Amino acid sequence: MEKIVVGLKRVVDYNVRVQVKSDGSGVETDGVKMSINPFDEIALEEALRIKESGAASEVIAVSIGTSDAQQQLRTGLAMGADRAILVLVDGDIDPLSVAHVFKALAEKENAGLVMLGKQAIDGDNSQIAQMLAAIWGRPQATFASNVTIDGDTARVVREVDAGLETIEVDLPAVMSVDLRLNEPRYVKLPDIMKAKKKPLDEIPLADLGIAGGPPIKELAYAPPESRQRGVMVDDVAGLVAALKDKGIV
Amino acid sequence: MAKVLIIAEHDGSALNTSTAKCVSCAAAIDGAEIDIVVLAASAADVAAQAAEISSVNRVLTIERPENEHAVTAVLAPQVAAIAGDYSYIFGPSTTFGRDLMPHVAALLGVNQVSDIMSVEGSHSFKRPVYAGNAIVTVEAHADSLLVATVRVASWPAAAGGNSATIEAGDASVEVPSHTRYVGLESAASDRPDLQTAAKVVAGGRALGSEEQFGLIYSLADALGAAVGASRAAVDAGYCPNELQVGQTGKIIAPELYIAIGISGAIQHLTGIKDAGTIVAINKDEEAPIFEVSDIGLVGDLFSIVPELTTALG
Repeated sequence: MEKIVVGLKRVVDYNVRVQVKSDGSGVETDGVKMSINPFDEIALEEALRIKESGAASEVIAVSIGTSDAQQQLRTGLAMGADRAILVLVDGDIDPLSVAHVFKALAEKENAGLVMLGKQAIDGDNSQIAQMLAAIWGRPQATFASNVTIDGDTARVVREVDAGLETIEVDLPAVMSVDLRLNEPRYVKLPDIMKAKKKPLDEIPLADLGIAGGPPIKELAYAPPESRQRGVMVDDVAGLVAALKDKGIV
Repeated sequence: MAKVLIIAEHDGSALNTSTAKCVSCAAAIDGAEIDIVVLAASAADVAAQAAEISSVNRVLTIERPENEHAVTAVLAPQVAAIAGDYSYIFGPSTTFGRDLMPHVAALLGVNQVSDIMSVEGSHSFKRPVYAGNAIVTVEAHADSLLVATVRVASWPAAAGGNSATIEAGDASVEVPSHTRYVGLESAASDRPDLQTAAKVVAGGRALGSEEQFGLIYSLADALGAAVGASRAAVDAGYCPNELQVGQTGKIIAPELYIAIGISGAIQHLTGIKDAGTIVAINKDEEAPIFEVSDIGLVGDLFSIVPELTTALG
């Protein structure tokens, strides 16, 4: 396999306590720390390890968004991606269109693997890999917690509700990765300097000539109903009494 | 009339409760006429269970040897082939549905609504985003087919007692062979299923070892409860991955959730916010889990849990 395409989405950092805007138009992002979606970072780490094992020759980091996403791509390049592509789009883009962007790039680059996070921690949709597999007509291996490349096939262990499922897929294929696949490397300062010299191409979305599906409109955001703090008990006897009071035991 | 197709989740012999939860969601749509499709190598047993769910109009069976295991690349084209008769196609937000439904949506050229919490109108729904820290109302295009996953923790299982018609469906499409099922490694257990159990006892990093995590199993058995865990406990290898509760694990809504040695990261709380009663046992009185718990007990879990097990056993 020559190339692995990895998706890196710019999202609100996972440590940020997200606040809904008072007008309900979305969540507060002004002055909020932004990072690579943590699952995408794991996807990139796995792609780099596959390349380091000799099973691939190039890792291409891709993001879709405004020029702000250059920041996340530079981090990806510092981690070890060989080059980056930023597909420029103003405002929102629907998931099916995102899948079409990855299909267009996978075909253009003749990718052997497209690796993505299993979900982005902002929209929590968990859709892109599955949609890409459908429109590209290639296998999907979602929620991957172990990946072994063997020539033209890959063996993938998937975290499913019932346990660990193993599947075998022909390459090219799409993978979405889960938390326990690996621990992403830390970026060192010299790598950040080197990353500045690596190529980062920008392509306007319109140049890819893709058409997604009818978008799903977001009408209003609201904070979730919060749970109230309950009572504290002093000991096991108090706990058992409280449970009996509620008729639970 | 709103024709809804629900994709049955099953293991070849038993229908998963997630299917009856999807029926509850579908029934919340005005004028819903609900069909369930069972894709299997041999569908009779599962179809009979599906036909018992109330509000179901018809159960379709699609039998072929390739359907022995739920491989999305194989199932999705068959679902797409029968989609033309429907306005809505629903599946559960379990790993089965999350793997399958976006693939189906893309084959049909539409976007997908993930994790429906409530039905607000014929094409508008509420769903959680940002690990449940915001709820967004979304509206899909009224003229196109609507594909969605149903957030199973938000819906009760529809009642039984029905006897819907069972018919063989026709989805004779070609399916690819590029994706092959190899096997499933499952920690077989007689305990209740984590996703549907009425009571859940969960342990966190503070258990300290796989051996000491046994305290959680003992308490669970005394209560007839399922066992869950925080991500930290799973990552540390104290218990298998399928026990993980939270944003990236299972989202559950038991009547009773007992969190032991779990500090309560936002990502974990996302998985339990629909629980009836949350009990927290933790040695750190500042632990965030106490902010959402109905009953809290500060102390050493290694003395509290055995005492509680004896008291409830």
